[in-house]
Amino acid sequence: MASAAQRNIRSISYAKYGYFFILPFFLVYCFFQLWPLINTFILSVYGNGKKIEEFIGLGNFEALLFGTGNMGRTASAIHETFLQTLGNTFIVWIGNFIPQIIISLLLAVWFTDAKLKIPGKGFFKVVMYMPNIITAASVAALYLSLFAESKYGPINNLLLSAGIIDAPIKFVTGVWQSRGMIMFIQCWMWFGNTMIMLMSGIMGLNPSLFEAANIDGASSGQVFRKITLPLLRPIMLYTMVTSMIGGLQMFDIPYMYTKGTQRNEYTKTVAVFIYEHFREKMPNPNYGFSAAASVILFLITILLGSITFYINRDKDEIAKKKERKANMKALKAKQKGLGGMEI
Amino acid sequence: MSQPKENYSAKLRAKSMIYFVVCIILTLICLVPIYILIINATRKHVDIISSVSFIPGSNLAANVEKLLNDPMFQFDPFIGFKNSAIIAVGSTVLSVFFSALTAYGLVVYDFKLRGPAYTFILAVMMVPMQVTSVGFLQFMIKLGLSDSFIPLIIPTIAAPPIVFFMRQYLKSSFPLDIVEAARIDGCGEFRTFLTIAIPMMKPAIAVQAIFAFIANWNNFYQPSMILVSRKFEQVTMPMMINMLKSNDKIADYGVIYAGIALSIVPVVIIYLLLSRFIVEGVALGGVKE
Repeated sequence: MASAAQRNIRSISYAKYGYFFILPFFLVYCFFQLWPLINTFILSVYGNGKKIEEFIGLGNFEALLFGTGNMGRTASAIHETFLQTLGNTFIVWIGNFIPQIIISLLLAVWFTDAKLKIPGKGFFKVVMYMPNIITAASVAALYLSLFAESKYGPINNLLLSAGIIDAPIKFVTGVWQSRGMIMFIQCWMWFGNTMIMLMSGIMGLNPSLFEAANIDGASSGQVFRKITLPLLRPIMLYTMVTSMIGGLQMFDIPYMYTKGTQRNEYTKTVAVFIYEHFREKMPNPNYGFSAAASVILFLITILLGSITFYINRDKDEIAKKKERKANMKALKAKQKGLGGMEI
Repeated sequence: MSQPKENYSAKLRAKSMIYFVVCIILTLICLVPIYILIINATRKHVDIISSVSFIPGSNLAANVEKLLNDPMFQFDPFIGFKNSAIIAVGSTVLSVFFSALTAYGLVVYDFKLRGPAYTFILAVMMVPMQVTSVGFLQFMIKLGLSDSFIPLIIPTIAAPPIVFFMRQYLKSSFPLDIVEAARIDGCGEFRTFLTIAIPMMKPAIAVQAIFAFIANWNNFYQPSMILVSRKFEQVTMPMMINMLKSNDKIADYGVIYAGIALSIVPVVIIYLLLSRFIVEGVALGGVKE
């Protein structure tokens, strides 16, 4: 048993260091993130504005989700705004995700196809990723000035002088114009990122499959539909779920792509709703409404997150665990076979 | 026999050409807004509102001077850069160092709670920042830490996505025998981490540092949430751009463009210098089967 004893000594004397190494992370996490999370849940059952200390049970949730409860007219107004922001978030997310995934997937397939010879691939990748690193505030301000609504805004100016339109388009305050702009800006900022993620996914696929398909004379369309897409499915799903969680948090562009200090209720997302109620009403913040909306957001995220977690689990570790168990079993069986003799 | 082959390669060439054109169009869509921004930053207000131009003007110095000196604009890029830099550098250093530490602990030591700790980190990666922010702000106000940079820098010690990345890196390219060898030579555990593991993790650290820096530099949500009283000397660059954008009194587009350009151009230059690194880093962060 010498070797086993040695192993024992090693694990006893060094395992405890693991706790020292991960301790700072967990201390900080608990203090700055876990407790605030719990605190959000606590705040969600307390009042708003001047009644912040008052316990009101599920009143905030009732108001947000159904517009009922004992808050009267405030409740129905809040309910309407909340539903609208949920709807806006969903619309803007769909409108930016679908074109984004199509463009990114096409580009990723083209860039990874060894047969195609597209010059300047490296340059394209660098330029297409660039919008992602520019500060969202600057992006919003840039598009606000380029698409300014008066006839002096560069884009309106261009369209007017070319005779394509007769009156300036309301790119900032129009319902669908502003939504369309936010979808476009989000897509503009993120398609390069998604493309590179998908490319790394495609390059991780087994190349012999593509070779085999080539030898069998498959066309590039067939390869894409029958090999790339099915194999890429887990990665696509992962991209979709992370993008969806990101979309639920969409804040910067919808918050800042507005005229001056005005608010545009057609592009207001849930994150903006939360921020407005707890931060902008600061002397008397509506912690209750914000916290309740956050809890609802959290539940939606958990649902989506558990899907991703399931897809992304560590297969090596699971396989190893299984192997270890099987080995133990085999060992025990052997010992039994030897009549419990010590080896 | 040569006919079909030629046909095939001609077809491929044509296809490549079409894709190339599509790429050029997308590149233009990415670049033109930034190009017009830079051009307009150099032009006079009257010129900007009268027509669109792709040729630079000569008014850049005047625009910048007006932006910096006219009290109406409330714009001071030095304050913005300084505050953003303090927050970005502080949180980058902390997040990368402590993530490396945590990942090292998770990979090298076989302790009882290793599995649960890792699962926990994976699970909390998905918690959106917005969800904790209400409780976070209320808690910070209670502690008297609003209006300070501490709640913007210290919490980055716990950065689950960076830990995840570093762990993947260590698992794939860090031989545990080295730790063993260091122990035999009498090297302490923490010193092994500092003098052996950190140098070996350099590529992963570089990539994550770049991303952490960009993310913190661009962060608008948290600073504008935590800095409750909006003291001018505490404003970060994104907040300053938002103030510029929200200022209804400004009627000089040349100056607005100059302000936006001041915030974008340094980022773009740094990006172009580090682009290889960054693009590869994004690919590394992707899912691997």
